[in-house]
Amino acid sequence: MEAALATILAAAAPLVFAVIGETITEKAGVINLSLDGSIMLSAMAGFATAFVTGNLWLGFIVAALVGMAVALLIAFASISLKLNQVAVGFVLFALTRDLSSFLGNPYVHQRLAGVPHLPIPILENIPFLGPIFFQQDLVVYGSLVLIFVAYWFIFRTRPGLKLRAVGERPEAAHARGIPVNRLRYLYTAIGGALVGLGGAAFSLDMKLGWSYQHTLNFGWIALAIVIFGGWHPYRAALGAYLFGALQIIALKLQPIFPGLSQVLPSMPFPIMILTLVIIYTDWLKRLADRFPSLREFLASEPPSGSGVPFEPE
Amino acid sequence: MSLELRDIRKRFGPVQANDGVSLTVEAGELHGLLGENGAGKSTLMKILSGFYTADSGEIVLDGRTLDIRGPGDAIEAGIGMLHQDPLVFLPFTALDSFIAGSPGGFVIDRRQARKEMMELAERFGFDLDPNAPAREFTIGARQQLEIIRLLWLGARVLILDEPTTGISATQRERLFETLKQLASEGMSVIFVSHKLEEVEELCSRVTVLRQGRVTGERELPCPADELVELMFGKSVVIQTKEPVELGKPVLEVQHATLEDELVTVRDLSLSVREGEVVGLAGLEGSGQRALLRAAAGLLKPRSGTIRIDGRTPRTYHEFLDVGVHYLPAGRLEEGLLQGMTITEHFVLADESTPFFVDWDEAEQQAAEEIRAHFIKGRPDSNAEELSGGNQQRLLLAMLPDHLRLLLMQHPTRGLDIESAAWVWEQLLARRHDGTAIMFASSDLDELLMYSDRIAVFFSGEVIDILDARTATVEQLGYLIGGVRAAS
Ligand SMILES: Nc1ncnc2c1ncn2[C@@H]1O[C@H](COP(=O)(O)OP(=O)(O)OP(=O)(O)O)[C@@H](O)[C@H]1O
Ligand SMILES: [Mg+2]
Repeated sequence: MEAALATILAAAAPLVFAVIGETITEKAGVINLSLDGSIMLSAMAGFATAFVTGNLWLGFIVAALVGMAVALLIAFASISLKLNQVAVGFVLFALTRDLSSFLGNPYVHQRLAGVPHLPIPILENIPFLGPIFFQQDLVVYGSLVLIFVAYWFIFRTRPGLKLRAVGERPEAAHARGIPVNRLRYLYTAIGGALVGLGGAAFSLDMKLGWSYQHTLNFGWIALAIVIFGGWHPYRAALGAYLFGALQIIALKLQPIFPGLSQVLPSMPFPIMILTLVIIYTDWLKRLADRFPSLREFLASEPPSGSGVPFEPE
Repeated sequence: MSLELRDIRKRFGPVQANDGVSLTVEAGELHGLLGENGAGKSTLMKILSGFYTADSGEIVLDGRTLDIRGPGDAIEAGIGMLHQDPLVFLPFTALDSFIAGSPGGFVIDRRQARKEMMELAERFGFDLDPNAPAREFTIGARQQLEIIRLLWLGARVLILDEPTTGISATQRERLFETLKQLASEGMSVIFVSHKLEEVEELCSRVTVLRQGRVTGERELPCPADELVELMFGKSVVIQTKEPVELGKPVLEVQHATLEDELVTVRDLSLSVREGEVVGLAGLEGSGQRALLRAAAGLLKPRSGTIRIDGRTPRTYHEFLDVGVHYLPAGRLEEGLLQGMTITEHFVLADESTPFFVDWDEAEQQAAEEIRAHFIKGRPDSNAEELSGGNQQRLLLAMLPDHLRLLLMQHPTRGLDIESAAWVWEQLLARRHDGTAIMFASSDLDELLMYSDRIAVFFSGEVIDILDARTATVEQLGYLIGGVRAAS
């Protein structure tokens, strides 16, 4: 049981980075639709860097920079050039995906030592919790800390409130003297960097190595989880773990139903979509009405200003 | 302290919205800003509050020329604006809307902010729940939230852009008291409106704008005719309603029970005849909207029947087919499409539009409609670029020619007197074709002036139906508050 939970926590870590990153970006009112491509490109760039320099952490940094660069392109196109975010995001998705295959060719099936395990002394001996939370590696610890920091930042700090303000109603934010477009740039960049880290977390840790379309579909599922997560870091993380669990289950079932081995690995995707459908039924809302203290957590409306460019006049 | 605007100019494409406007406001003064729809009032105030930047001109506060590059600079200088549509964040808690944009430490001290918010609210007698999302607030409460927020930020000049549209009579009274109190404490208040009575009641001085220019400044009290002439460049004659022969009933509601989010209306019976105008009075959410929506086919009655010309249509489309048309109150939310041009609106509204649209012709037709309805805008103007009053004109211009029953909510909300009179002239003319009209309004004068009969709602019940020729404002006011006439 502990082992399974620990595996889920680890398996979902890359998704957690991507999902929190995109949540931050969308909270600020920009949609980075290139996720599936930018994760792939940063995974490839991170792996290549680590492979060439022999420095794992440099790989993470480069991956973050690549993710940030793609996000900045989206910000520039949609905020400064006022192009359609969906169109730009989609084109960049295709571009970065193809770029990763092209540039990543020399690194296919190369070997590299991944992120080492780093059990935390004393804490690792706590029964039950120890093996789940404290016998992981730095990437997993980072993903866990990120969830709480992101929540705290978005809902408890003044810059976080400004972030929500520019995504929710840009005119109202502008009227309060908040620099709407500057903050949108900033949080698109930060979100992009986190997505990049997610990519590196795949290629340097959870799915160590590089192959053709190494992280295929994880970007799309991350975009879906952001919606499932109601733009809330805790719920988004929950979505990522749920998906991780589905993946592990599919993996475990494979030897039992060999006939289904073609289908099982992709099962988590439709199941995830089904969950999304359920979310959009009324019962969550009714639950929120009954327990007002849970409202923040259960609300699932998108930031109203999301995807809408803002021109003060 | 005094505030001076000098020679402000602002252009939007071909429209010169402000054309050299100068204005002075003293400390402790309640200053009115009057002007017809599209005169440039909102634009001028948005420039003063830093929301827009002027093309040229100066803003001088206490003899110091301000360099306002954005709303942040204006707030810092002590200038705060309450926008026509209060700019709160609907899903956020009221407290978060209150805090957003305020200076302070990295981590929000919500407890302290809540304390300060409640203190301010209490001082003005506002009843605001800091933990409720702002979307659950009425427009009036959202305004109150914005006002205390601006005061909290240290506003010394308070701008209110048409604050009385969409709020209840009690909220209006509360607002006026608050503004008077603030002015007596030395606040400069700029009150934007096109309602003469309100400006006369509240303000000590008034500046009138027309087509982007100042046409005059007067001390109050001042004869209303003079102000009207300054606003419109001519005196406005309000046509009294000529009587029309009433025909057979068009709308018949019998023992209907209607239920919407706000109220349940029980056992309602009412009919409207050809050529008749029935006004619906009452506080917001007393059942008028439910009745209008039910008569339009948008709300299914729980029980009872709704007949149109003796028939019982069921779906919204069947209601449309028998000639029923509903104009809701929310202009941009329900009636108009943001991001679409005037031409596109007319094409959409026209049932006979073929599969392929002839855009040149559509544009010509739109230009004609714009002329015919005196809309200030071009065929390629987007709906949200129009001033509030012109959005309303566009909605009215899109009405089909022949109707059996016209249902409206606040048909002249936000319109200046001339436009309102003009709109009613158009509407009343439809009576000659036998169109029946039913409308809800919070403007008692409008109800008395244009209705034949007035149905007064009080918490889901029609407590009286008055003959508009003999009813008075006082009588209506009491009934709306639920006080039946002593019989
Ligand atoms: N953002 C904008 N883009 C283009 N044109 C605009 C914009 N804002 C205002 N205008 C135009 O400027 C003129 C003045 O508009 P403004 O909103 O200041 O009028 P107003 O006096 O407030 O009218 P109302 O009483 O109807 O609210 C109008 O012709 C309007 O169409
Ligand atoms: Mg206006």
